[in-house]
Amino acid sequence: MSAVLKSKSRFMVCDGNEAAAWAVSLSNVDMVAVYPITPQSSLVEYLAKFVADGRIGADLVDAEGEHSVLSVLQGACLAGARTYTASCGPGLAFMFEPYIRTPGMRLPMVMSIVTRDTLTPQCVWGGQQDAMSVRDAGWIHMYCESVQEVLDTTIMAYRIAEHRDVMLPVNVNHDGNYLSFGATRMELPDKAEVEVFLGEKNVNWHAALDPQRPMAIDPLTGGSSGAGPATFVRYRKGQCAGSRNALRVISEVHEEWGRRFGRHHAPLVERYRMDDAEYALMTIGSMTGAGKDAVDEARRRGGKVGLVKVKTYRPFPAAAVSKALQSVKAVGVVDRSVSFGWSCGPLFQDTIAALQYVPRRIPAMSFIGGLAGADITVGHFDRVIERTAKLARDGIPGDTVWLNENDR
Amino acid sequence: MKRQAIEFFDASTIPDNLCPIATRPSPMLPGDWRSMRPVVERAKCVKCAVCWLYCPVQCVVERAAWFDINLATCKGCGICATECPHRAITMIQEAA
Repeated sequence: MSAVLKSKSRFMVCDGNEAAAWAVSLSNVDMVAVYPITPQSSLVEYLAKFVADGRIGADLVDAEGEHSVLSVLQGACLAGARTYTASCGPGLAFMFEPYIRTPGMRLPMVMSIVTRDTLTPQCVWGGQQDAMSVRDAGWIHMYCESVQEVLDTTIMAYRIAEHRDVMLPVNVNHDGNYLSFGATRMELPDKAEVEVFLGEKNVNWHAALDPQRPMAIDPLTGGSSGAGPATFVRYRKGQCAGSRNALRVISEVHEEWGRRFGRHHAPLVERYRMDDAEYALMTIGSMTGAGKDAVDEARRRGGKVGLVKVKTYRPFPAAAVSKALQSVKAVGVVDRSVSFGWSCGPLFQDTIAALQYVPRRIPAMSFIGGLAGADITVGHFDRVIERTAKLARDGIPGDTVWLNENDR
Repeated sequence: MKRQAIEFFDASTIPDNLCPIATRPSPMLPGDWRSMRPVVERAKCVKCAVCWLYCPVQCVVERAAWFDINLATCKGCGICATECPHRAITMIQEAA
């Protein structure tokens, strides 16, 4: 007779920042280092409260700034600790020096980016510009659509980061304001079941601050010729291999999560009403809900539109994106950030790169919305759908469309 | 006698394309690559300990009547010779 697991999960109402703190409480984290910054601050307050209440058994380090936050965690991780932090915007910018070093040291940390638009103009509201600005630093980036997905993904992130074929840090990104402060129903899984899911903790088997096996971490490599640069290349390629493996591991871990806890989140990309779609929208993050509503309304009016949501943005799931879009006649990509070098959205750039894998030319256009806290409404998506339908008819892409440009 | 590098522990099971690590310490000491060497003139030394205070690698060692230099760890920077108020320390060229 097969064993029947009685689920001991419970339900609550909370926002995305609290959901991330609950995920930390379930994941047997050893050290949390944080510095508060809007709109992540309440996440830090929840962590501090949970530590004080004994819900989180970790040491909490209130460092003097984000540079120290991540440096503290590098040491903790090398000493064998499971680690967590969260930041955004200017805090993430201040963290950049240890941030770019973490993936190369293959430290399996988990960090939430509660996404915020970057200065200047001065702004404390949501937007994905901060996370997008560090998209190619080597961290895995996963964008959440809902509060529940914040909780589930933050826990899954430890499995993904610590997988021996991956060994890379993971950013779990949730939209500032919309997910950080938007409260919804959330199912909290049983801690014992999460512990079984996460398995044995061993984060420093490859590099350790350990008197039993003394070693120097990250000695000098490189040089003008000879074995130095070749050694450097070997480590660079190793990091790329870990990044490629991550796509497979992310899919496997999401599949196991669904099997154990009954919630199936699309690991790389989600296809919504794409089966007979003639043209498609691309979305990322919490805007996706309004996008799906707009697609539903357009479908009622007879429009053959579907939607593809990107959850895993780094490593970019090029094969999954090109497969999802291979049958459509046009794509409208909605970004919540700007690629300044191209004056369009970064997800748009990645999408047209991935479309090179499709033999037929598929025209695409960039739409940028939701900057500086702006809501991307169903009305905004209606305009995206209308413009993309025209693109499907005439095949002539226009310049980047700024969705909130004329909001009054 | 040439010092040999001895590995701290067997690291052969750790993949060599993850985090760069070094498990074999370099046997070199600063004295092995010094170009100038301090020489203390015992008669001039008054044991004021200025050299001992200033030495950045703390290689100045106290003797009964003067301060001497541990040449294994002295890197030959010459700060002691510059700071000595009695000009008791001279920097001389190491043999090529």
